Amino acid sequence: MGGLATGGVGMAVAQAAQPRPLAARLPDAMTRPGGADLPYGLPAAQEAQVERTLSTAAGFPVWRTPLQHQRGIITPSGLHFAVHHNGVPDIAPERHTLKVHGLVHKPLRFDLERLLRYPMVSRVHFLECAGNSAANALSPTALDQTLGEIAGEVSCSEWTGVPLAYLLNEAGVKDRAQWVVAEGADGGSHSRSLPLKALLEHGMVALYQNGERLRPSQGYPMRLFMPGWEGNVNVKWLHRLEVTDAPAYTKDESGLYTQVLADGRIERFAFHMEVKSVITHPSGQQRLPEPHGFCEIAGLAWSGRGRITRVDVSVDGGRTWAAAQLHGPVLDRAFTRFTLPWQWNGRKADLMSRATDEHGRTQPLRSEWKRRYAMHSFNHYNAVQAWRVQADGRVENVYA
Amino acid sequence: MREDLCSQLLPAGRATLRRGVAVAMVVGLLSAGRASEAQAPSAAAPAPAAPPLVIGLGQPLSPADIDRYAITVFPNGRNLPPGRGSVEQGARLYAMHCAACHGAQGIEGPAARLVGTDGFIGWSDPLRPLRVRKYPLQVLSVGAMWPYATTVFDYVRRGMPMHAPKSLADNEVYGITAHLLHLNGLVAGDALMDKEKLPQVVMPGRDRTVSAWPQER
Repeated sequence: MGGLATGGVGMAVAQAAQPRPLAARLPDAMTRPGGADLPYGLPAAQEAQVERTLSTAAGFPVWRTPLQHQRGIITPSGLHFAVHHNGVPDIAPERHTLKVHGLVHKPLRFDLERLLRYPMVSRVHFLECAGNSAANALSPTALDQTLGEIAGEVSCSEWTGVPLAYLLNEAGVKDRAQWVVAEGADGGSHSRSLPLKALLEHGMVALYQNGERLRPSQGYPMRLFMPGWEGNVNVKWLHRLEVTDAPAYTKDESGLYTQVLADGRIERFAFHMEVKSVITHPSGQQRLPEPHGFCEIAGLAWSGRGRITRVDVSVDGGRTWAAAQLHGPVLDRAFTRFTLPWQWNGRKADLMSRATDEHGRTQPLRSEWKRRYAMHSFNHYNAVQAWRVQADGRVENVYA
Repeated sequence: MREDLCSQLLPAGRATLRRGVAVAMVVGLLSAGRASEAQAPSAAAPAPAAPPLVIGLGQPLSPADIDRYAITVFPNGRNLPPGRGSVEQGARLYAMHCAACHGAQGIEGPAARLVGTDGFIGWSDPLRPLRVRKYPLQVLSVGAMWPYATTVFDYVRRGMPMHAPKSLADNEVYGITAHLLHLNGLVAGDALMDKEKLPQVVMPGRDRTVSAWPQER
């Protein structure tokens, strides 16, 4: 500061030798105190495009997870997919109870305060809508959409809650009991019939998702959770369990969540979501950047019946396959991340992934899947997803 | 502290056990159950059922509360309420409460198709391309796919009309159910539905039904 006014050779030399302050050559963010944080943190403002996408084509809102942005097996709670047949109810937790009745020796109710005192388990599990990827099943031509728009009705979270066995055992199920009709406290009183034996083995009343209490769109204050089973049976806003000797054939197990087979018969109570995988990077409507060359193919695989044991990836439309690397943890009925290094030569390439689970079940091609079902069926679609990388780097949904 | 924990978790009477024994029992109970079952690579075997450990914090549910909340109607007619409604009454109510979303004939949408066959909308339908593109779920039909008429009553009563669910009286629900069955050609135009007659209606979806549980294809 002093040297400028007086001048002189000596002063000029000294000035040149004096280093400029760091602030003059370092990024702005390093030259000032940072801003304040928030009571409940948010993603970076620059990542605002990472959002669920809303579709109302089915006649009810479907919010899909942007899987094309997900790296890792846990879906952020705010990006978890949701399908709402009767909206999101506003439930006062202090007045909400879970009621157990029907073929039990002691009909019981559990208020939230008491339920929170029961032993809890935590499990990382995917949750997938039976109708995920319906457009790929139904549309005669592959729709040019993002991965989230095509197959984003699946997400993966850590769910924590009370094993249903504690509650059912306490009520004492009678010998004749075979099924349980679970009902939500929403406007439509959503209900589904589930086999008692499976509920006793695997069922949970989920109270927490990814360490925090359930979000309203995921069933606050409590939901039923059945690992690996179609999303619709994981009754949100759970308030009633009626133990019975037979299913009720509720609305959703009568129509929307059934499948018409190729021979015209209607398949009901197909609970498991089958083995499936998607390449997330690169995927629909992304563009491979210049320069051509190294590109890590990355994706997610899951099975409603157990662990993923292998994922094969093809970059030539299924002519040859290479085993992708599975990244741990490889958990039972959870997303499993896979990668495969790839040198893109700048020519058109068809990328595909095909997952296999611990029971040896593997994904069919679309043509194989279509042969099992009537033309208008769309539930439980788990065929191989293919992406075409065009010579200009653009990635498009195609049918394998 | 430990003894408090023990006496809460152990069945009555066990709390008098000597301290060391009681702690061991608690640990044993927990490790045998799902409460501490790790999500470990334990092969394909299904998780063991929870032990018959009763926590005992549930409160008695009164018969009055059961009556208040238990609205599920079963295929054999169990839990159908008294009352009745005719096709004619149902037609008037349908026009008022249902047609705006489901269409005057139950096939036009945009909401779920109530009448006719399932599958893609017919080639002769002039609005076919519009409907298939805009309302893909109209490939399903209540009349063709639902196996039991009791479900029509159950769902209209619990969930319809969408903007005011549970606002219809039981007689009105019987009437709308009768009208929908008539539109599907399953009951006559002068039919009257009540808790005796409704379970006797045979739906085409019943004989097409195959259950994937417990058999797995």
